[in-house]
Amino acid sequence: MKIVAICGAGIGSSSILKVNAERVLANLGLEANVTAADISSVRTVAADAQVILTSSEFVEAIGKTFADVIVIENYFDLRELTEKLEKSLG
Amino acid sequence: MSLPPLPEEAITIGADARTWREAVRLAGAGLEASGAARSAYSEEMIRMIEEHGPYVVIAPGLALAHARPGPDVIKDGLAVVTLSTPVAFGHPHNDPVSVVLGLAILSIEGHLASVAELANVFNDPTAIPAIAAAKDAATIIAIMKREQ
Repeated sequence: MKIVAICGAGIGSSSILKVNAERVLANLGLEANVTAADISSVRTVAADAQVILTSSEFVEAIGKTFADVIVIENYFDLRELTEKLEKSLG
Repeated sequence: MSLPPLPEEAITIGADARTWREAVRLAGAGLEASGAARSAYSEEMIRMIEEHGPYVVIAPGLALAHARPGPDVIKDGLAVVTLSTPVAFGHPHNDPVSVVLGLAILSIEGHLASVAELANVFNDPTAIPAIAAAKDAATIIAIMKREQ
């Protein structure tokens, strides 16, 4: 399974999302490859992704995709990440 | 794992900022004061938000201002600004912001360990209000290094 965290720079905020998503997936006992990327490379990076994690600002720019786009409000709230990832993957 | 360096010079407490741009510039000034970035880095951080929106407001009350690695970054560094009056960045859920972090990263490779440590700090929901309420730089450094 492939999950992509998208932000403006591809570092900083998306990296935090990547780190915390990996923690949540480990807690859930799920294996996935989580990458962080910037919005300009979403087409190539997320082409084969099942899930895109991002904030609401990027939803429109991501556009049509086969991936499930999950909007995260609080990047540090592992409960929010767990609930949304479980819903998407379950 | 360790945070990017956060010396006292990079910390501004109880600042007056009327707009998010002023708040981000204060974070940039902290990075400049500690020798992590050149002054132009502030405008780069602002440009990221102008271009992509207030996505840097990643938790209630907290903005993580940053730009890409580039010529304006001298070394990895972190800056912390607390605001006497919180400012709005225009974020739908996490406004207003009372704590602005400035992050300068020299290279994309190898920055994940320090970001993971940043996550360790803020996965504790008491960290943001504690930093916002801190009266001195030593308290903020202790919170960020999880010595409290």
